[in-house]
Parts: sequence; C-alpha cells; structure tokens
Amino acid sequence: MKNSLTIFAFFVAGLLLSIFRKLPGFLMNTDWSSVVLYALLFLIGIALGGDPNMKKMFRQIDYRILLVPVGVAVGTLTGSLAVSAVLPLTGRETMAVGAGFGWYSLSAVFITRLHSETLGIVALLSNVIREILTLLATPFLVKYFGKLAGIAAGGATAMDTTLPVITRYSGKEFALVSIFSGIALSLVVPFLVTFILEF
Amino acid sequence: METVILMVTTGILVGYLLRKHPKIIRITEKMTGYTIYLLLFLMGISVGLNDQVIHHFDAIGIQAASVAAGSVAGSVVVCWLLYLLLFRRKNTTVDLSQKPGEL
Repeated sequence: MKNSLTIFAFFVAGLLLSIFRKLPGFLMNTDWSSVVLYALLFLIGIALGGDPNMKKMFRQIDYRILLVPVGVAVGTLTGSLAVSAVLPLTGRETMAVGAGFGWYSLSAVFITRLHSETLGIVALLSNVIREILTLLATPFLVKYFGKLAGIAAGGATAMDTTLPVITRYSGKEFALVSIFSGIALSLVVPFLVTFILEF
Repeated sequence: METVILMVTTGILVGYLLRKHPKIIRITEKMTGYTIYLLLFLMGISVGLNDQVIHHFDAIGIQAASVAAGSVAGSVVVCWLLYLLLFRRKNTTVDLSQKPGEL
C-alpha cells in the first residue's frame, strides 16, 4: 500500500508540474519516459541474466503460461461487458474499448476508424487509465490477489511499460510470464477489436 | 517492440556475463526500484502535456475510467483463480525465500 502511494505521489507530482507548465524545457520537449523505460528494461535483463536460478526459471515455462493471457482476455472482456450495464454504452462498445488491453495508441486508432471518434477517445483514455492504474496499484494488487495480479492488470503493457513494476513486486520469476502475456495480448488487439465491432 | 526485446536480451547477456559478480547484480536490482519512481514522475509529465487526454477528462473520462476499472477487476479476478489453482501449487514457481518488493 505504501509503495502504491509513493508511486502515485511521483506520478501526481509529474502530472501537476506539467499541467501548470512549471518545468524546465528539457523535461517537456523530450519524451524522457521512453528513455528511462529502456534503461529499466536493460536493468531487468541484467537481473534476469545474472540470476543463478535462470535455468530453473526457463524449465518452469509450461502450459500454465499459455493460460495467463487467455485469463486476462476473458477477465477483461467480462469486466468490460459488466460495466456497460451502468454506462450509456452498449456491451459491444465497452468490450471493444476493453479489448485494447492497455495499448491505447493502437486501439484508439482502430476504434476511431471502425466506429466513431468519441468511442476512439474513450478507448484512448480508458487504456491510458488502465496502464496508469496498473503502475499505481500493482504493489497493492499483488499483495491481495497473488503474483499474477500485476500481469493481469497490465494486459498488453505487461511486456514493456508495466514490466518493471510487475517484476519488482511479483518477483523476477514472473518476468517471463509477464513478457509472454503482454506480447500475446498485443498481437491479439487489432483482431479482437475488429471482431467485436464488426460481428 | 523491437527496442523492448533488444533491451531485455542485451541486459540478459550482460547479466549473464556478470553472474560471477553478485554485488553488481544487486546494485542494478536496487536501482530498478528508484528508476520506477523516476519513470512514474516522467509519465505524469507526459500525461499532463497531452492536451487530448486532459481536455476530455469529463463525462468521457468517467466512461473510460469505468471500463478500465471493469477490465482490471475482471482480469485480476480470473488471474487470481489461475494463480491459486495452478501457480501456487507445490511452490515450484514462487521462491518463498524472496520477499515481494525486494527484487
């Protein structure tokens, strides 16, 4: 919980400073977050490669790992369908938004083209929120809902942006599961969004 | 996506070469924690600079947040079941000597 709050505090600090444009230009003109993300992924790689249990980790890859992205997809679509009951949107629309699995740029473009600009913006925001929620809540979620919780929340982002937080709180041994689930879900996004909206 | 895979694999290679120096590995693991805070700070900045996101944060924002919350809740519950049924058994995947949050 404390970790989630610290992460949240850093996020809000950045958000407020940029909304009120109280930052030096070099921080606002370049997207440093991707540079830092790549540095983080490199660090995670070092931790993985330098781990004497690496071999054991690879041996544990089995059918269970295949079930993780399936579980994330089923859970996401069920959850998205459920919230359509309280929103002025149809189940098809909320499921299409949910099927972005956090990959906001792609799902927003697809939904804008296939459906409408408004739903495209909903998709953009919703998937940005999913990513941020994962970054902020993973310490809390892992504590109460097991070590797959961060991977589940992260969806497609579990292979890059949310991977550092996930490995930090679920442990290195879940890094491979996380990357695999993220890649599998990313590959599925364009097909699933199209399928939900067209059929 | 290519850059992601490149960074992780280069890291694994470097880590493998450094595997006889656990001190260096431990330092990089510690750095990960602090770098996550830096990343979140920077992500806050990029969200704050994205006018499209900031300006639409009203009715559409509520819909978007609801779908995000539903998606996360649904997937967390399904994966919780998967974890309890498949991953926790025999304690093979989870190294209990390692506390979460102390990567």
